[in-house]
Amino acid sequence: MAHHSHEPQVVVLPPNKEKIAHLWKVAGILLVITIFEFIVAFTMHAGPLKTSIFVGMTIIKAFYIVGEFMHLRHEAKVLIWSILVPTVFIIWMLVAFVYEGMKMSDINFLRFLN
Amino acid sequence: MSQSTVTTIPGRSEWDGGVSPMGVSYGKLMMWFFLLSDAFTFSGLLITYGLIRSQHPAYVGDHSAFVFSHNYWPIPEKVFEAVPFFHGVDLPLVFVGIMTFVLIMSSVTMVLAVEAGQRMDRKAVEKWMLWTILGGITFLSCQAWEWTHFIIGTETGTIVKDFVNGEWITRTVYGASLHENQYGPHDFADFFFFITGFHGFHVFSGVCLNFLIYYRTVTGMYERRGSYEMVEKVGLYWHFVDLVWVFVFTFYYLV
Repeated sequence: MAHHSHEPQVVVLPPNKEKIAHLWKVAGILLVITIFEFIVAFTMHAGPLKTSIFVGMTIIKAFYIVGEFMHLRHEAKVLIWSILVPTVFIIWMLVAFVYEGMKMSDINFLRFLN
Repeated sequence: MSQSTVTTIPGRSEWDGGVSPMGVSYGKLMMWFFLLSDAFTFSGLLITYGLIRSQHPAYVGDHSAFVFSHNYWPIPEKVFEAVPFFHGVDLPLVFVGIMTFVLIMSSVTMVLAVEAGQRMDRKAVEKWMLWTILGGITFLSCQAWEWTHFIIGTETGTIVKDFVNGEWITRTVYGASLHENQYGPHDFADFFFFITGFHGFHVFSGVCLNFLIYYRTVTGMYERRGSYEMVEKVGLYWHFVDLVWVFVFTFYYLV
């Protein structure tokens, strides 16, 4: 083969302003949600409502990170479902184990009474 | 994306290869499935935390009268209230908020590096990868400080009662380790070390991978290859690390 001494020709495209602006918007949303979480952390009393707000905000943040930063929202449908459907097991595992933990706490409580 | 439509060459079936059924390259698809399995690992840790935590009684009573005790699970914002250079000032969750900010920002710079790679802009990839590496190192340094503070403990410590050789003795415990903990039940410290440690190790690997990508960009490897797809693959991993932190932040520090 002949020796190629020249560098490959690279065509650098200009920045995609619209896309970059969109990414900064997503970053802004994530920061606003985090600040909101801090406000909730210091103004609300602990309880199911506070926990639900935190879980809800976390899911919204996860949606933006996975959907926009990891670009999953714009991928083929079959890929989106291949990733999302297995997480059903995680949700079930969470519900089952936390419920189990509360039941175990009841048993421990009876032990302390003796 | 135009790649997402399956096109076949006449006379050849879809099964003869050369098509990507999910519209992404093999490498990216495998990165997705690795991240899914990693999500299961982290869920295992966080759900076990939920199980153990719900077994312990929660603190009841006035929020401001809270003291550390082995009898109930501590309120996280009473444990994580220190910030470097502000010794003795009660600033609950401020430091962990800064860490969250740093990690989200490094995720933003990573996605900007990916955007630059897609249009073959080597200089911009170099710039954004450097910012991402810097963010990762900052996060790891913050975590090192937080661990040090957690291990050393507060100035006054916590008085605990222990049953040793048939009699009750009282002693003062400072900080936390895997077998002793001034902040609450032993499991609280154990989970802190395991969960934030496992996440921190992911951040560390991410920084190493980011550096590798940066090095290969600088030496022109991807330019010669004609594609910056490796930036996208490592980017997926880096965003996942950020995603896990979002969950750790909620379930370990906020709830």
